[in-house]
Amino acid sequence: MNISHEWLARFVPHGRDAAAVRDLITAHVATVEGFERLRADLEPFVVARVVESERIPDTKLSFNKVDDGSGTLLEVVCGAPNVTVGARYPFARSGTMMPAGFRIEKKRIRGLTSNGMLCSARELGLGEEHDGILALDTDAAPGTALLTVLPLGDVRLVIDVLPNRPDLLSHLGVAREIAALTGTAMQRPAELAALGAVPGAPARGDDQVRAAGLEVRLDDVADCPQYGAAIISGLTVGPSPDWLKRCVEAVGGRSINNIVDATNYLLHGFGQPVHAFDATKIGGDTLVVRRARAGETLVTLDGTERKLDPSMLVIADAAVPVALAGVMGGRASEVTDATTKVVLEVAQFAPRVVRASRRRAGLSTDASYRYERGIDAAALGEMLSLGAALIAHVGGGRVDALLHAGSAPARRASVTVRPSRVALLLGEIVGGDEIGRLLTSIGFACEAGSAGALDVTPPSWRHDIAREVDLIEEIARLRGFDRLPDTLHGARPGTVPDHPLFTAYRRVRDALVAEGLHEVRPLPFTSGRAAGPDGADLVRVSNPLAEDEPFLRRSVLDTLARRAEYNLNRMQGDLRFFEVGTTFTAQGRALPREEQHVGLLVMGARRPVHFTEAQPPAFDEWDAKALAGTLAAAAYPGAEIAMVPGESPILWRVQAGGVVIGEVSRLTLDAPVWAKPAFGVEILLGEMPSTPVAGRGGHAHAAAPARSRAAEPVRYRALPVTPTAEFDLALLVPDAVLAAQVESVLRTVSGPQLERCELFDEFRGAGVPAGSRSLAWRLTFRHPERTLREKEIEGRRTLVLKTLEAQLGVRPRTA
Amino acid sequence: MTLAEFIAALDLLAAEAPARIAAAADLDAWTEVRNALVGRQSGRLTDIMSGLGALPKEDRREAGQRANGAKAAIDDALEVRRAALAAAAPASGPTIDPTLPARARWKGAVHPVSLVIDEVVEIFRELGFTIALGPEAEHAWYNFGALNFPDDHPAMDLHDTLYLGEDQVLRTHTSPVQVRTLQQYPPPVRVLAPGNVYRRDFFDPSHAPMFAQIEGLVVDEGVSFADLKATLAHFARRFFGAGTKTRFRPSYFPFTEPSAEMDVQCGVCSGAGCSVCKQSGWVEILGSGMVHPAVLEAAGLDSERYTGWAFGMGPARTAISRHGIPDIRILYDSDVRFLDQFTR
Repeated sequence: MNISHEWLARFVPHGRDAAAVRDLITAHVATVEGFERLRADLEPFVVARVVESERIPDTKLSFNKVDDGSGTLLEVVCGAPNVTVGARYPFARSGTMMPAGFRIEKKRIRGLTSNGMLCSARELGLGEEHDGILALDTDAAPGTALLTVLPLGDVRLVIDVLPNRPDLLSHLGVAREIAALTGTAMQRPAELAALGAVPGAPARGDDQVRAAGLEVRLDDVADCPQYGAAIISGLTVGPSPDWLKRCVEAVGGRSINNIVDATNYLLHGFGQPVHAFDATKIGGDTLVVRRARAGETLVTLDGTERKLDPSMLVIADAAVPVALAGVMGGRASEVTDATTKVVLEVAQFAPRVVRASRRRAGLSTDASYRYERGIDAAALGEMLSLGAALIAHVGGGRVDALLHAGSAPARRASVTVRPSRVALLLGEIVGGDEIGRLLTSIGFACEAGSAGALDVTPPSWRHDIAREVDLIEEIARLRGFDRLPDTLHGARPGTVPDHPLFTAYRRVRDALVAEGLHEVRPLPFTSGRAAGPDGADLVRVSNPLAEDEPFLRRSVLDTLARRAEYNLNRMQGDLRFFEVGTTFTAQGRALPREEQHVGLLVMGARRPVHFTEAQPPAFDEWDAKALAGTLAAAAYPGAEIAMVPGESPILWRVQAGGVVIGEVSRLTLDAPVWAKPAFGVEILLGEMPSTPVAGRGGHAHAAAPARSRAAEPVRYRALPVTPTAEFDLALLVPDAVLAAQVESVLRTVSGPQLERCELFDEFRGAGVPAGSRSLAWRLTFRHPERTLREKEIEGRRTLVLKTLEAQLGVRPRTA
Repeated sequence: MTLAEFIAALDLLAAEAPARIAAAADLDAWTEVRNALVGRQSGRLTDIMSGLGALPKEDRREAGQRANGAKAAIDDALEVRRAALAAAAPASGPTIDPTLPARARWKGAVHPVSLVIDEVVEIFRELGFTIALGPEAEHAWYNFGALNFPDDHPAMDLHDTLYLGEDQVLRTHTSPVQVRTLQQYPPPVRVLAPGNVYRRDFFDPSHAPMFAQIEGLVVDEGVSFADLKATLAHFARRFFGAGTKTRFRPSYFPFTEPSAEMDVQCGVCSGAGCSVCKQSGWVEILGSGMVHPAVLEAAGLDSERYTGWAFGMGPARTAISRHGIPDIRILYDSDVRFLDQFTR
């Protein structure tokens, strides 16, 4: 909402400068986001003093020496009759842009050089005065900026009005707040003093009224509780008077003509949207407020033809719609230069139907904005009289009749406020008298209720007061949030345990950052191409931001792969990143199944370059497998982690405690030829349930899990006191046999004294027959109480070899 | 072999040994000399000693004593020489250029938005807050209805919403976690709820369709606006520095009342007004307010008995301002050259 500081002051003569008003509004009412000096164009002008002046013979001109503070006296030719030596005037140096849009240049006049211009009020756009240059009543040093000497020009305050306070969408509404905050009485703006009196036309509850040959009919008072119309004739459409132009321009509008400007005056001044129809363009001398019929159309003022339907409310004449009610008028009945008679609409439309029309038409206007939020319906009759008088005044016409169909709103229900509750919520005792004083100052009617409480009736312009807390907010802001106490009290510990997914996220993140990976937080939208044949499980956004990425991902790696491609496009091929993020799987009509996943992607150099290793090796399967192990251990502390071979492109499925939690895979990217292979790991961190905790208005406290103790502590194991015995096995393993199968046999057959079983070599080539490879393990044994005997170890070795040969066809490799 | 021959061999060795030991120029040469003289495999003394068994029994004792004497003398000389060589040799073996770089490992990094969340969590943990989470795909009721958003009202326009279907949305704020938490756990509740939220906002330098938010919620008996102000001002001083000034101004959120925005004095101009704070001297940090009784009632709580306060802040905004990031999109692009700037 744009508020003119000068216009505001005509409603409430508060005597404060614009900055003070800004601070007051921000502290107590709504945030002032913008502070714009409307005469910023005067910033380059300075104060100058005339030092010498002589007339140029046979002309009206004078030749002057002027001190503009620059240190050298400037020669200036001036056409004004009132140049006085020693006086100070506004001065435009050469190069200054004048408000009228031309630049002051150094020029030759009658053989003399003029270096700038001494300015009149009119040249500065400060009025019509042009009898001479503007003598300044100031002692300011020459060269001082003009704006610091004269309080010139209006200031526009841009207020961020939130949906609960539509009453602030006018100068009147903001003035009410300033009046209350400064203790200043409100007044009728001076520009309205000259208006003729127009007797009001109170609403009598009729849904059909007729006067001066016009009939107004309301199809449904739920859509349009009140409709006022004024018939004004004998008008001359033309330019607006200056005061009206200034009002329109002060709020950022453009002056169009006296009639349209007057309607904008009512909108911005009083918050009442109004519309003027050319009365001769209304067919059948009838205005009907009704729903649009299917198939009807309307060309609105902006020249767009709009298809209408019954969700939209229109004003129609006897035959066709002439306006989209509460949104925009129709072009056919627009006021033109030829108009002499208008019907001025001053109506109240239901917020919901205006909202529906506005959304349907995709057209938001100043009027629809206010109707959607709610106008002051009780003021409608007064606005009708005022509007009629204003238009008659500025258009030089007369008011033929006022019509007012429908009913004025009922008085609002009162709301009770208890001082004890105010004290509890604000942490400060505010007496009943003070509560009454504060609320009364902004138009609330307060009566003493029972037990010290106050029964408070909100004014007709406030639609946001339904319960006690709404009044407490008014009390708090009027006193000022900054003046309320801020003492900190001790607090009882809460009952809510840390969410396990958050603690797991932290563990996983620490582990992966320690492995040299970067955390990323990309967007989860996806094209769905990577989803494969079961893409049916993808969740689609009904109104996606981009049609090429309408889905939510089911896999974090899908996102990471795209991020890798983004980097590859920027010639970055050494990538190591991870994300802990959400995945979504469709579940029919229910909310998607939501899981927290950890994804990681590595490709390119395994280490930075070092002089011992000019070309560091690239990340390979074994790095990915190790990272998967580290990740799984961090995500599932204490669980046994296993990697089960998968089928391409999945290298391994990751198991924790025997349950598959994710996979390690070789990724296919849209990659340039120089890119190294990419590997990915994705595991499930946990499900995020989205089923309702309890019914609406209910809770499930009885089932609340308690804050639990940390995980089982590690148990100490006695340190070994006996020596180990070890032997190596170099085995010829046929290609069909997996290392894990061999190791499984080694572990089962070796017995409980096997302490470690480590694969330390894989070899193919000389001495190893084709179709086989050599794998070597070192087995370490220890008996907890005694030294193992040579014979025992030898027996173990024999048994292991026998079993391997029998079960897997694996034999020792002989030298 | 006779005893005399045995002794002669020992004498010869004893005579040669000092010169050979002295000739060892470094530790490697010394090791060779030692192996040649007294090495167990092929040392001269070992050779001589192997003849011991062939001597007559009565001579063996004297031969053994002499051999031991010779060995002790050689060992002593060897040790003296070794000590001298060791003292002369550089302490750390072969020479290196100590200015060469250490063997490097990749360094990881926490995302700058997570760094802000960590800091906020840390500060509120000190005040006894725990962490609550909730789903990102939400029932419209948790996202709007339970939070006192009126149906079909301009308040809904404050959140451009991404819909998943009938009554299903991508949550537009973390506030649904308030209701879920209050339904699940009885007061006192003191939680922080970080998480991602979604808006139908196209990317521009300061807007993104998904961003992180941190919700805070306190509900108990006797909680007042004074607790809100005091706690959030404490947070601001811990987060921005001890002298940080704060101000609270009226605002509107359907789910809090009174509602207040908290500003901190602009750190760039110290309140004088600059382009960062749009000349106001203040920078908006978070929205807050007393929990609306309708929200407590939606969660099945007695709104006469319990009161509370809540706040919400956007760590991404804080991150881009503290790191001087010109465009919020950089946070999402995952460019490794950006991420590398946050390695620790």
